[in-house]
Amino acid sequence: MTAQPVAEALDRALPGIVVMYNDEWVEVAADRVDEALRFLHDSDDFDAAQLSNLTAVDRYDHFEVVYHLQSLDLNHQIALKALLYEHEDPILPSAYAVYKGALLQEREVFDLMGIRFQDHPDMRRLFLWEGFPGHPLRKDWLAMVGPHTPGLARFPYENLDAPDRLMNADNLRHIEAGHAEIAHPDTGASGQTGQGH
Amino acid sequence: MTAASEPFILNIGPQHPSTHGVFRLRVVMDGEIIRDLDMIVGYLHRSMEKLAEERTYTQNIPFTDRADYLAAMTGNLGLALAVERMTGYEAPERAEYLRVIFSELQRIASHAMANGTLISDAGAWQTPLLYMFREREKILDLFEMTCGARLTTNYMRVGGVAFEPPAEFWPALQELLDELPDRTDEYAQLLIDNEIFLARTRNVGVISAEDAINGSLSGPALRGSGVPWDLRKAEPYCGYERFDFDIPVGKTGDVYDRFMVRMEEVKQSTRIIRQAVEQIPPGPHKNDVPLAIRPEPGEIYSRIESPRGEIGFYLVSDGTPAPYRFHLRSPALINLSLLRELGEGASLPDAVVTLGSIDIVLGEIDR
Repeated sequence: MTAQPVAEALDRALPGIVVMYNDEWVEVAADRVDEALRFLHDSDDFDAAQLSNLTAVDRYDHFEVVYHLQSLDLNHQIALKALLYEHEDPILPSAYAVYKGALLQEREVFDLMGIRFQDHPDMRRLFLWEGFPGHPLRKDWLAMVGPHTPGLARFPYENLDAPDRLMNADNLRHIEAGHAEIAHPDTGASGQTGQGH
Repeated sequence: MTAASEPFILNIGPQHPSTHGVFRLRVVMDGEIIRDLDMIVGYLHRSMEKLAEERTYTQNIPFTDRADYLAAMTGNLGLALAVERMTGYEAPERAEYLRVIFSELQRIASHAMANGTLISDAGAWQTPLLYMFREREKILDLFEMTCGARLTTNYMRVGGVAFEPPAEFWPALQELLDELPDRTDEYAQLLIDNEIFLARTRNVGVISAEDAINGSLSGPALRGSGVPWDLRKAEPYCGYERFDFDIPVGKTGDVYDRFMVRMEEVKQSTRIIRQAVEQIPPGPHKNDVPLAIRPEPGEIYSRIESPRGEIGFYLVSDGTPAPYRFHLRSPALINLSLLRELGEGASLPDAVVTLGSIDIVLGEIDR
């Protein structure tokens, strides 16, 4: 469902909790996210009975924690976001008291993104072992040493002037080394087009 | 006189047939009763979500094969649909029917595996499992003749499917559809009234409808508790609204109900495939889509019904050919949210069949 009625109802019930909203999601104050979840869960109008998905995104200067709530009876979905500007040790209230389904999803976010959830009953890493250095899904955690992005070297027809985070020196060297003759599908020239077989 | 017992710790797995993969259960036992239970996962963690950030959307499709390796087709479809919804590329009508046929074949194969291993966990060691494998084998043969692979199919693509099935596919599929009802009846005779099987599964691992919803369960684990929620009906994709089928649900939410929901879903999937084979239109099986797909900056959460439940993809695009963030919502992991509660106070054999009835796939849990 669109976010506007959700934002308006949240603002009426819990003044000051809505930071902003657009068509797709409502951003709520990070330290009060559990109140927003409780309200939407208990509300008859929104009936957010299930926490369908919980994940986080690293936006360099902040983290976004995204909640997708599901009403099974009314068949609609609500997206909530909470933004965290703390980088070293970001912390957020846990959704576990409202949704038991948050148990493993919050552990996953803690493990891979390094966001702790206050009052979570079992805040441990999920996949990686205790003592693993860092949290791999953060953007400053590099999968390989140096600016290597091995996927892109297979796409030599990319526009070389495009400001592209995948267009680093390593890939450009690959392209200059002689794969550049493959045509771009948009130019109509022959070559690798379609889904590549 | 009662004998005093001292709690002791028992490790089940990571290499153990009843954990269905590299999954470790660390249980604190008090005699025969479980006092506490901890699951340890991650033995198969490959950090797919990180790797996906430096690969294009199309290059990421094979990762979805290797996530839920028992249902590669629905994993592929989930990602292909998410990218299509993000970019506006569309699949031709014939491709939609092919997607439905292959997804439902995959569902039958996956449920055969789930039920076969559950019966194995319940004590009917190996024989029924191999009965179930007869159909699964034939379905994997159909996959092989279409796309060359049996498990990691990489078949669904953005804008359609990779290949048109060969001419010999259709008679082989028809043969399978003709014998499937006999087979399911045979299993019903063998198992549904089997006294031992009933004793092992009835009123074991009971999940109430409320807990199932609150614990984010989906798929047969949710429907077994009597909640008629299926994304093929709730949010039809690939033209599922064209087909006539029912959502089987359980009553008590025990292991037996989850087993029966899967048995019933095999019949429903057969119904869907029959209708799809009758209605499939001629035409191309894919549209031309550039290799490097650049969605507009934005995000999408798109989900479909996999054999295990709601498989979702949360994709964030920054306008480049690779996703900025790629998150796979794993139904197998999230269905385990209630495992600890279910285990406490149960006996060890009951916990094993409960875990079997949730139907986990470690590739998807660990990713």
